[in-house]
Amino acid sequence: MNAPLSAFPPATLAETSAAKVSSILPKVRFSLRARGDLAPLDQALGVALPRRIGETVKGAVEVACLGPDEWLVLASEAAPVAQACAGVYATLPHSLVEISAREVTFVIDGPRASELMTIGCARDIDAIAVGSARRTLFDGATVTLWRDAEDRFRMDVWNSFAPHLLHLLQVGARELAAESV
Amino acid sequence: MLLIHCPYCEETLPEVEFTYAGEAHIARPENPAEMSDEDWQQFLFMRDNVKGDHFERWRHLHGCGRFFNAVRNTITDKFLTTYEAGAPRPDLAALKSSVSEGQK
Ligand SMILES: [Zn+2]
Repeated sequence: MNAPLSAFPPATLAETSAAKVSSILPKVRFSLRARGDLAPLDQALGVALPRRIGETVKGAVEVACLGPDEWLVLASEAAPVAQACAGVYATLPHSLVEISAREVTFVIDGPRASELMTIGCARDIDAIAVGSARRTLFDGATVTLWRDAEDRFRMDVWNSFAPHLLHLLQVGARELAAESV
Repeated sequence: MLLIHCPYCEETLPEVEFTYAGEAHIARPENPAEMSDEDWQQFLFMRDNVKGDHFERWRHLHGCGRFFNAVRNTITDKFLTTYEAGAPRPDLAALKSSVSEGQK
């Protein structure tokens, strides 16, 4: 079932001995595409855009490199980012699209958070470095998966998939807690 | 599940993130309007359907989003290599000897 962004106010959505699942305040999100010498954009954004896929950087804005010419930019306000990038558009043509209305973010943390990720993600979760982010699949839905700590993940989910994925995470957190290990 | 190496992400990742995109190294004709119907048909529809080592395109759809090329054996499903789109077609003989060296 589809759901608007407002269906996910900041709250704890599941809490068990295995993991906690919560939604966090919506941020301003941009999709940035650019090629060539990126120095003007580095200057405009106030952070050096990570050049390797999976790398992230946090400063005035938080940025993840999703593809060879694609970045996800998180900010607290939209206008300063849009203005700064518009200022270098003539020097470095690029595409900056606000996608704030598209996604919600779930935080999954707790002692068995990485195990909880294995119920939907086919990647080797142990091989995902702390401080990295990438686009991947979670139970058939495209997500951006950030690993903020060994036991803390952040998942940006398209809001149309969010009710399904949230339900899956809630059930998974309860099942892991119910397991006797 | 197949594991596929994305030459852009430089990681070997599960097949579910990728989609197959047909035979590789097929260049679109510069001037379609000047082509005969037969040549256009050749370009548009006729593919090799190789039994063995096949040059093919893949896309890392649920990842970096990029198209890239691969050499895959259509009998064993083993990937000999993957490489960036636009890179020249690798030499198959050299590739096979380097792969069999690696397996020794
Ligand atoms: Zn990739």
